[in-house]
Amino acid sequence: MRTVPETGPETTIEAVPDLPVVRLVREFAAPPEQVYRAHVDPELVKQWMGPRSVDMDIDVWDLRTGGEYRYTALRDGKAIAHFYGSVHRVWENRKIVQTFGFEEMPEAVSLDTLELEDLGDGRTRLVATSVVDSIEARDAMLASGMETGVVEGYAALDELLERLA
Amino acid sequence: MVDDEAEPAGLSRVFAALADPTRRDIVARLATGDATVGELAAPYDVSLQAVSKHIQVLQEAGLVTRSRDAQRRPVHLEAEAFDLMTKWIERYRREAEERYRRLDALLARRQKEEDEDADSA
Repeated sequence: MRTVPETGPETTIEAVPDLPVVRLVREFAAPPEQVYRAHVDPELVKQWMGPRSVDMDIDVWDLRTGGEYRYTALRDGKAIAHFYGSVHRVWENRKIVQTFGFEEMPEAVSLDTLELEDLGDGRTRLVATSVVDSIEARDAMLASGMETGVVEGYAALDELLERLA
Repeated sequence: MVDDEAEPAGLSRVFAALADPTRRDIVARLATGDATVGELAAPYDVSLQAVSKHIQVLQEAGLVTRSRDAQRRPVHLEAEAFDLMTKWIERYRREAEERYRRLDALLARRQKEEDEDADSA
């Protein structure tokens, strides 16, 4: 299943129906070193990674081979979830392999691989792949988007439904 | 990942039903209008029974229905079931896109700062 927006360099998502995998692809107008830095420097991470309505309170952010990370997601100053993971391996400016989980559901864990491809001209293609242990877990991961309360119009979706109707 | 109310089981069935390329093709063709099993089977090099089976899987996932009374019993695509899956995927994608737009802004800010530093040096 692939949702490709018609305009702009928007994120594309791929959820292979019979594999417990979700893959996001996105291009950035910055070289790989900058995109990498924005993932490993906690001061930078805070500025973009959490949903807009959520603050990240970072306890540990040690994105080195064998390192770990842990942070609390806060909404209006109240803790809503505690995320953590182990860093399996990093390849500077190129690739990060880590686990991702949260205290509220410790048995759900995904293996996340971030790959940065240098497109030249100061551009980078980011490929983020999450692998979970069952199709059900994958679906739950996709369904987690329902929680964020993003109330926007779904123009592309409406168009699709119009075509289907 | 903590949404218990969102029926992941239903979504799993939809995904499983669409795991098969022939079934995806059938769905794509039904998107343009209802069709009988015979019409759907025509382009494939498989038996009518095999296509019937595919349609049964799609039916169990709630993706298609067949009217009981009409003699031709045409297969009809249920946009709502499809909608559930598409909506979930789209919302997940949109959330990621919002995150990456913040990263765009951060990268642009830092680039600007760097340029200014270079200018003043």
